[in-house]
Amino acid sequence: MSKPFLSIENLTQCYPDGQGGTMTVFENATFGVEKGEFVCILGHSGCGKSTIMNILAGLAEPTSGVVKMDGYEVSGPSLDRGVVFQNYSLLPWLSTLKNVSFGVAARHPDWSKAKVLDHSREYLAMVGLEGDVIHRKPSQLSGGMRQRVSIARAFANHPKLLLLDEPFGALDALTRGTIQDELLKIWGGTGQTVFMITHDIDEAILLADRILLMTNGPFARVAESVEITIPRPRNRTEIVEHPNYYPIRNHMVQFLGKRSKELAGQASDGAAQSPATVRIERTPPEDESGEARRLRAVNL
Amino acid sequence: MSTLSLNQRALLLSVVLLFVGLFVWEMAIPAQKAVGELTEYERLTGGGAQKAGVPPPSQVLAKAWEELSNPFYDAGPNDKGIGIQIGYSIYRVLSGYLMAALVAIPLGFLIGMSPVAYKALNPFIQVLRPISPLAWMPLALFIIQDSEASAIFVIFICSIWPMLINTAFGVAGVRKDWVNVARTHELGHFKTAFTVILPAAAPTIVTGMRISIGIAWLVIVAAEMLVGGTGIGYYVWNEWNNLDLTSVIFSILMIGIVGMMLDAAFATLQRAVAYAE
Repeated sequence: MSKPFLSIENLTQCYPDGQGGTMTVFENATFGVEKGEFVCILGHSGCGKSTIMNILAGLAEPTSGVVKMDGYEVSGPSLDRGVVFQNYSLLPWLSTLKNVSFGVAARHPDWSKAKVLDHSREYLAMVGLEGDVIHRKPSQLSGGMRQRVSIARAFANHPKLLLLDEPFGALDALTRGTIQDELLKIWGGTGQTVFMITHDIDEAILLADRILLMTNGPFARVAESVEITIPRPRNRTEIVEHPNYYPIRNHMVQFLGKRSKELAGQASDGAAQSPATVRIERTPPEDESGEARRLRAVNL
Repeated sequence: MSTLSLNQRALLLSVVLLFVGLFVWEMAIPAQKAVGELTEYERLTGGGAQKAGVPPPSQVLAKAWEELSNPFYDAGPNDKGIGIQIGYSIYRVLSGYLMAALVAIPLGFLIGMSPVAYKALNPFIQVLRPISPLAWMPLALFIIQDSEASAIFVIFICSIWPMLINTAFGVAGVRKDWVNVARTHELGHFKTAFTVILPAAAPTIVTGMRISIGIAWLVIVAAEMLVGGTGIGYYVWNEWNNLDLTSVIFSILMIGIVGMMLDAAFATLQRAVAYAE
């Protein structure tokens, strides 16, 4: 089996527990992400999702284990791995446009100023920010607009891997929906590899190709990898009609509600902990009329 | 009245207060007896020498008009225009202040970035900071052997602390998220320092600079009273020796006005670097 594009191997993170011992957050986590894949990771707080994200971004060092991207080991932050932070992390003294263009300029030091600005404007327009708005400071934008700027900043740099750390966590449900759609649109156009943390099951099903489920910490592990067997393009109003939607959703609700606790707290004894693949398929077998039948089902 | 804006009403009240104050001051000074009304005996025994009283505002205003209409005359070491004296003071303040900024801001950056440097230097700063700048004067005069340079040194030593402490505090307090943004964009150390940390810490740094310039202007008057020769502080003391209280009051006002302008300049700078989160 060839190595995936992004491969996380035996990742372990321990912290001193304040009483002289160590607290293992997760141990020997091993999984991969294919190129162009959209992967969400779901789990309760404290299971180490954000730590995994920070390690992938190069902002934190794991206690042991390696992360390889494209065959090279990840060490330190890089422009190849773009990050959208939960709290947007825009620089408040720069205008919206400058917040994007400073990243583009860092990515392409050889570009002319005009080219950098044009490129930045283009990506801001993709998330629906045009006109006077792009000259405002982040403090003059709503939360949703700020997160759009942050997404535009990350996509404008064409990173090989895009890391989203609960990007919609601080937004209200309606804004969240709009920006999810925008994210899908911009992702569809670029085919970027995306790794995203979320707390929201429906959001994960809408966006992801595959969802990694984590058990509770300490000794958390990535227990399952659930394939989302719902064809794209997806649409929030239509996916709920798909026969696979509720079985997948129920599986995850069960996992997060019950099994994440039952599976928690098991030391791995040094073995690599790969997630078990779960594939839920309730669509009728694909014969000549299968496609048509499914479309009919969606239209009902 | 309701048609006037808040600012207009405040201005009106200020003007009224000014005139009331000046009027009360003018009235409070007893009219001094004209010399002509004294008897010859009184004049012979010195009764005619008026007791030096506080001058009324009208005299101060006349003095101000006289001085300000020709601020740059130079009639020997003890008789220079107010403009020249203030010029000397500002020159000393700015040179000492500039040197302090050149030391304090880079050093503050270092202290703010490095917890080790912060802990190592903190005891020195805490001991040196509360020393009255004028206490350095004898040592400065002995070592530097030049009164002019010693005055500048005193300004240097008094303006360094607020700038140093505020820079270190501002730099240490830059949000980790912003530094992470710089890191994920592969900005180098210098680029990060100038494009992220400096703008993020700028409001705190400029606040320190504003406190410093205020202290420097307070200290220069005292320092010049000690070293003498030129400057607004020397001018005040010289006019006191001349028992010219009108000039003393006039120069006190001038010290206030110049100090206010220095502060206003830094307030403008502060607004320029401020940002809302």
